[in-house]
Amino acid sequence: MRGEGGLQYRTVAELVALARQQGETIGKTVFTQEVQAGGRTQTEVFAEMEKSLLVMEQAVEKGINEALTSRSGLTGGDAKRLQDYAREGKSLCRGIVFDAVNYALAVSEVNAAMGLIVATPTAGSSGVLPGSVLAAGRHLGCSREQMVYALFNAGGIGYVIANNATISGAAGGCQAEIGAAAAMAASAVAELAGGSPEQSAHAAAIALKNLLGLVCDPVAGLVEVPCVKRNSMGAAISIVAADMALAGITSVIPCDEVIEAMFKIGTMLPVCLRETSLAGLATTPTGLELGQKINAKDQA
Amino acid sequence: MRYTSVFDIIGPVMVGPSSSHTAGAARIGKTARHIFGRQPAKAEITLYGSFAQTYRGHGTDLALVGGILDLAADDENIINSFQLARRLGVEIVFKVVPEESDYHPNTARVRLSDSHGSLEVVGISVGGGKITVTEIEGFRISLSGDSPTLLVFHHDRYGAVARVAQVLACNEINIGHMEVARKSKGDLALMVIETDQDLTEEIIRDVKRIDHVFSIALLKP
Repeated sequence: MRGEGGLQYRTVAELVALARQQGETIGKTVFTQEVQAGGRTQTEVFAEMEKSLLVMEQAVEKGINEALTSRSGLTGGDAKRLQDYAREGKSLCRGIVFDAVNYALAVSEVNAAMGLIVATPTAGSSGVLPGSVLAAGRHLGCSREQMVYALFNAGGIGYVIANNATISGAAGGCQAEIGAAAAMAASAVAELAGGSPEQSAHAAAIALKNLLGLVCDPVAGLVEVPCVKRNSMGAAISIVAADMALAGITSVIPCDEVIEAMFKIGTMLPVCLRETSLAGLATTPTGLELGQKINAKDQA
Repeated sequence: MRYTSVFDIIGPVMVGPSSSHTAGAARIGKTARHIFGRQPAKAEITLYGSFAQTYRGHGTDLALVGGILDLAADDENIINSFQLARRLGVEIVFKVVPEESDYHPNTARVRLSDSHGSLEVVGISVGGGKITVTEIEGFRISLSGDSPTLLVFHHDRYGAVARVAQVLACNEINIGHMEVARKSKGDLALMVIETDQDLTEEIIRDVKRIDHVFSIALLKP
């Protein structure tokens, strides 16, 4: 366990205030906090996050270039499909949003195929943050250092969500996983684009608000359908939310209250919609049929 | 605060697809292997709850076997762990208990053996790649593996605990958490000692020499 009492902020509001007080970005503030709490050097803490960035980059490359198939055969090949389509120049939302969606899809497919990923905040939602940060970072010409700090920014938001609400689909539904990941990514992207700490908080709030109520209903209990595509759409929402916040649009409901609402909604969700595969897409005729097929293959 | 570091959120680096069903499973396997202390000739694995329901699609089986072969949760060879086991001559047997049970939803029982002995460990995957070992050789314990942990199998006699603690104290090792479990009075017993500092080979040797101690294992985080 690192750090006895954890980090010195419990809410997004406190994190923004801390950043303001130090005249730093959220990313640098979270980094400094981590160094102070953990008894490790700045170099060590930075290097650990830089390693995560590298794993993310490798997962994106792998997913886009190799048409991967998951172990169950349910998903795979879509990141490459999307990439090939983009090369034909037909994409409607070309640019950062398209690339974020493509990269998120790539990482999620690598995850489903048992490749190497970074759980951000979970393995099931591991596509959103790399998708958004790498797409935005590349289009905006950001340095590697800026992208590493963007990951610290995202980690700071995720830390608050995890401690004050939940990041578990079994506890809070998909809003707790893809919702949290999209909030983290929106905040990180706002910072990459030069936004203020307040704008990061608004971006996170706007992204999470738009995923509230999202249930966790995976087909056959696997992290594939609908998880892979929800990762890509989470990335799209995060970029749009960051854009809105950068334009000066604010979330009427403050970020911490949105997080609390997410948690309360999660506790109200029936168990059948919290990663048990007893309702939703999992029990559609097609979902059930796929589930039976995969189970039959398992028993064989 | 349940999470104390930003790296609990951005991390762990792991092979997919599930931190609880894949990364946690690999850690359970690896922990069992380290308590056993060597590569086993045979591994019998029983899965309960959600592990039993969805283990193939999540690669829980591959991850457990990978861990038993000493692969970490971020080792991309986990996907090939069955072939690796065949190549190394490690026999693998899987049992599944799909019905409802009192076990935590993500529970695996791992029994490792060879001609010198056997060891049974029960581990649960508690989320985010974190695990708790709940049973070792029938001893009910709670071990996270997040800190260096010394396991001391001994005969239940007066002074055994004090002497082990004494060796650690003399080497300036602080005990963060400790528990003792025994089968019955005067019978076999197990000390689980989580320490704040790493233990050297020398300290281990000194603990081994203590009367009534017959076997020890060291787990590194």
